[in-house]
Amino acid sequence: MEHIRTPKCVSKYVVEQVKLLDRFSNKSVTGTLHLTATHLIFVESNSTSAQEIWILHHHIASVEKLSLTTSGCPLLIQCRNFRVVHFVIPRERDCHDIYSSLLRLLRPVSYDELYAFSYNPKQNDQQREEGWQLIDLAAEFERMGVPCDQWQLTDVNREYKVCETYPRDLYVPITASKPIIVGSSKFRSKGRFPVLTYFYQEKKAAVCRCSQPLSGFSARCLEDEHMLQAISKSNHNSRYIYVMDTRPKLNALANRAAGKGYENEDNYSNIRFQFVGIENIHVMRGSLQKLLEVMGTRSLSMTDYLVGLENSGWLRHIKAIMDAAIFLARAVTVEGASVLVHCSDGWDRTAQVCALGSLLMDPYYRTIKGFMVLIEKDWISFGHKFADRCDQLDPDPKEVSPIFTQFLECVWQLTEQFPQAFEFSEWFLIQIHEHVHSCQFGNFLGNSQRQREDLQLKERTYSLWAHLLSEKQNYLNPVYSPSFAESHPVLEPSTQAYHFKFWRNMYHQYDRSMHPRQSILKHVLTLKESNRELEGTVQALKTKLQKFGVSTSPLKPQTPPRERSLPPRPQSLILGAPLLSRKEVQQEEDEEVIGEEAREDAPASTGGERTVEGNSATENGYGELKESFGSKNEPSVVTLEFGVARMTC
Amino acid sequence: MEAPGATCLRSGIRICAVLFVTNNSLRRKLEKLSTFVSVTASPWMEVAIKVAILIQICLPSVVKSNNGVEETRKWRCQVSCTAQNIMEFAELIKTPRVDGVVLHRPFMPTVEGTLCLTGHHLILSSRQDNTEELWLLHANIDSIEKRFIGSLGTIIVKCKDLRVIQLDIPGMEECLNIASSIEALSTLDSVSLMYPFFYRPLFEVIEDGWQLFVPEEAFKDLESMTDEWRLSEVNKDFSVCPSYPSLLTVPKDIDDESLCKAASFRHGGRFPVLSYYHKKNGMVMMRAAQPLTGTNGRRCKEDEKLINATLCAGKRGYIIDTRTIAVAQQAKARGGGFEQEANYPQWRRIHKAIERSNVLQESLIKLVEACNDQSHSMDRWLSKLEASNWQSHVKEILTTACLAAQCIDREGASVLVHGTEGTDSTLQVTSLAQIILDPACRTIRGFEALIEREWLQAGHPFQQRCAQSAYSNGKPRSEAPVFLLFLDCVWQILRQFPCSFQFNENFLIMLFEHTYASQFGTFLGNSVGERVKLQLSQKTVSLWSWVNRPQEMERFLNPLYEPNNLVIWPSVAPQSLLLWEGVFLRWNRSTKCLDEAYQEMVHIIEYNKELQNKVNSLRRQLAQLETEDNPLQTP
Repeated sequence: MEHIRTPKCVSKYVVEQVKLLDRFSNKSVTGTLHLTATHLIFVESNSTSAQEIWILHHHIASVEKLSLTTSGCPLLIQCRNFRVVHFVIPRERDCHDIYSSLLRLLRPVSYDELYAFSYNPKQNDQQREEGWQLIDLAAEFERMGVPCDQWQLTDVNREYKVCETYPRDLYVPITASKPIIVGSSKFRSKGRFPVLTYFYQEKKAAVCRCSQPLSGFSARCLEDEHMLQAISKSNHNSRYIYVMDTRPKLNALANRAAGKGYENEDNYSNIRFQFVGIENIHVMRGSLQKLLEVMGTRSLSMTDYLVGLENSGWLRHIKAIMDAAIFLARAVTVEGASVLVHCSDGWDRTAQVCALGSLLMDPYYRTIKGFMVLIEKDWISFGHKFADRCDQLDPDPKEVSPIFTQFLECVWQLTEQFPQAFEFSEWFLIQIHEHVHSCQFGNFLGNSQRQREDLQLKERTYSLWAHLLSEKQNYLNPVYSPSFAESHPVLEPSTQAYHFKFWRNMYHQYDRSMHPRQSILKHVLTLKESNRELEGTVQALKTKLQKFGVSTSPLKPQTPPRERSLPPRPQSLILGAPLLSRKEVQQEEDEEVIGEEAREDAPASTGGERTVEGNSATENGYGELKESFGSKNEPSVVTLEFGVARMTC
Repeated sequence: MEAPGATCLRSGIRICAVLFVTNNSLRRKLEKLSTFVSVTASPWMEVAIKVAILIQICLPSVVKSNNGVEETRKWRCQVSCTAQNIMEFAELIKTPRVDGVVLHRPFMPTVEGTLCLTGHHLILSSRQDNTEELWLLHANIDSIEKRFIGSLGTIIVKCKDLRVIQLDIPGMEECLNIASSIEALSTLDSVSLMYPFFYRPLFEVIEDGWQLFVPEEAFKDLESMTDEWRLSEVNKDFSVCPSYPSLLTVPKDIDDESLCKAASFRHGGRFPVLSYYHKKNGMVMMRAAQPLTGTNGRRCKEDEKLINATLCAGKRGYIIDTRTIAVAQQAKARGGGFEQEANYPQWRRIHKAIERSNVLQESLIKLVEACNDQSHSMDRWLSKLEASNWQSHVKEILTTACLAAQCIDREGASVLVHGTEGTDSTLQVTSLAQIILDPACRTIRGFEALIEREWLQAGHPFQQRCAQSAYSNGKPRSEAPVFLLFLDCVWQILRQFPCSFQFNENFLIMLFEHTYASQFGTFLGNSVGERVKLQLSQKTVSLWSWVNRPQEMERFLNPLYEPNNLVIWPSVAPQSLLLWEGVFLRWNRSTKCLDEAYQEMVHIIEYNKELQNKVNSLRRQLAQLETEDNPLQTP
């Protein structure tokens, strides 16, 4: 198999004649399975379509050896990016070898074994450093207008002495002295005292976050009360602040028995206390499990689908998070009140609500760069435990939970209601999700900033953000309108239940037969790119014409021309995107040549060659006549990868 | 000082004027008339009639100055029609007009104005030029509810297009009168009193929709591909099969006598006829009603011969029975049944489970109720959506259609589709299969032809099925959203192949609206026979006459369309099927953001075309200059 791009030297194990079964139909393809140090690779033998599937070991959530069948030994692999592959390996011994190697490979015991430490995108140190400097949180707080006359930067946590899981730089009210901060932190779970996360400049209202108070049944702490007072005082627009406990009341009550709990309204002056009712990480984990179980069922009926969707509770949880974020945004933007958000430890639900609330309030977070900043701020720096939640290392199954996935889904639900509000499309969200689990980049490794510093991630790994920005054009939302942000600075989504939909492109991103066969997004994105090129061509032609002394009317650009030329688009990033044939690539290059007759329908001609996918009836799940009706002409569908693996070669 | 009746008159004129006159200058002139006439406090009705007559008198001079004699004749005809219209319905209209009525619609500002009832419309006008008037066909009203708070009455009007509006009417008596008038006018029994018989188009009919899709034309196309078929006139007087058209495509070798015998063996006389010819491999799809085998297993040699005639030598075909085997068995007791393998050895029977009409109607009612539920609870919504079963029906119908298409295209086998009567689920399957198989059906014209062929001429009883919609209080008779389900399935395919259809979602929604209430006669009647009897093609305007005008068509064009000659296989996984929000949540959500995004997309596409043209013309210009210059440069 010379054409395979697998470097032979890395290839540890090769098994031929392996069958890959489709998850939802009876279709199967035969190919070769390669096991390398970082990937499991399946290469289809059929030379015409030759699809390749690259699975990063870190993506594998579980490997299961099913009982022996006549055709071989089945191996079922479930991935954290919701890919499920089902191999049938002819020889039982091969199967066992792969199975046991995978088991070993997918449970790294030390951080050094993670892919990020061996991944090399062929960048030099300077590029790497620049990548890490892309997101600057100090600049972000400056953008919000902090420090200001009411809020200041405190150095109390410079050495991670007050709170291990917080970042070094924290913003607190000017009136909160060090003793107050330290006192408050002692009264808060894990020392996570109230700090600023978002400042709504227009009303001088602050969004603060912390963990639950150690109030038990009656304990109180004057410093903590002062701290809240200080937050309240820093905002002259409102006499009170909201304290949002994002947990269900019952959970908060139960915590009191363990010496934790929630703020007593009698002890704190001018607070309005509110429970929100988002469930804990264990409920969320179970919910996703149920959801995936239902969605993975073969020949699922509509009834089972809807009942399963309801019983999993997944959309209910998504809606609860959204409701909380909307409450937060309203309190800040309409009432002008500051809000303090917490849950138990203040790194799961709190992160969800603060991040989503900020996104509703501030159009900047709806841009590609701004969204990165938001994740960096509310998730990475404030210590969302990515390593534990995403099961990166030495797993404790009780700590794993799809908290961040839920946040991404909430954003997606918003993009559905406000298609022009976001600079990015859902593929951006999906790609981020992919890399939160891939451990290919350093950003999400570890549980806190301190841990990341200890791991020297900035020196030893690369930043995802630089990578995503370099292929930004794949994640653009073609109908994004910056003017929408001006007319809708604050998003007010409807919370009617029917607005919350199942995110098929996330949970079935690898089940291609379920997707629309023609992608509007891809189509319009291509047109928009072509518009930009054409504008350039028009300009160039005009300059040429002027040399002949012909005056031309200036073309009024309807979209401002971009200054930089686009890097070639990786062929595979957008699902539903057809691979550009070599001929087309050639044509696109030709377009730069002036003087040729433009093809009458240049971008449309891509359409001429655009394959309509799913030309096979059998892959669509209505193969009622399976015994007698074998499908004869399978379409040459090439499974498109999310480009993760290809970088390594 | 103004005479007491003048205001009354003015509004009377105004109403008549807006009724028929869209031409603004004409409208202004008519309004001026009111200053010349003074009538003392006469009831509005009389005034309206008088004004109508007055307009008739005045019109020649008014119109002549604008558009000439031809127009005048048209106007006159229209006005006289209306005068007659008003007389006929006068007794049903107890209170024709109420002032100070407040209209509430979701996501729109409230409008205060004058409510008027005419024979066919409920009109609310604020009498300000910039606000939109509400014009509602009585036929569109599904049911109404009355409520009273003190002397303020409220009428909640629930429409067949699923919209719900609220009218606050001051005065209890007026409110009761209006309510009972609406009830009477919206449930007129006689077809000939329907609006299409009174409607006169304000546009010039360039292409008469009634003549657009005649069976002879379709047969010509077929003849160009195969000579195996003939057009039979056996049903010329609709006596062999009342629900079939007069011309039917049948196998060449089967004579009319055999057809009659086969008809007597099929429910309602619906013997197997050609529905679709698959050019690619010459396979066909036929449709029929169930065979009348009964409990003792009757057979009919002619029927067997008829369908065997469609098979090539040595080939097998598939019979798709849209009912489950259990339902088909039960049908035997009532004289129906299904084809026995023994008698049809060349055919393999497959049973599917598409529900019957009353089940579908119930499903629609439940779905709409779920969509209108204002509770924000996720669980409640999902369980109600599930309980409505609507999405299950969509999945089942699509699956069956895909199966039929698969048999034809992938297996190279001919197919016969039937359910019980062959007028509902059968047509859903045959028409959807054609959309999957035949690229022509995905154009606007082709889709119109498909509806004409597979629904109107095939005898889907539109009038019965669409008599009431989801808000009906009465006992369902034979209402069922069979056609709406078909449109929903088309929408699902459109969602999955957004670039393969010439029309957009609006086109489908428009069709849904017109099947339930329309100014056009297209969907009146239950069969071709009934339509002939009603003389629809002479007395009413065809929907297609209006839709196919370029200025209307524009709204229905899909900017993403690129002709695609492939067979398109949709996914029928539940995860791939969505709720058709454009219909079911249409009035429950604000679509401003979605519409703007759509506009932006259209803008990108159009700008691209513009740029293409620009580049081409510049290149041509440049090339020209270069060839002119070349001789000078080369030496």
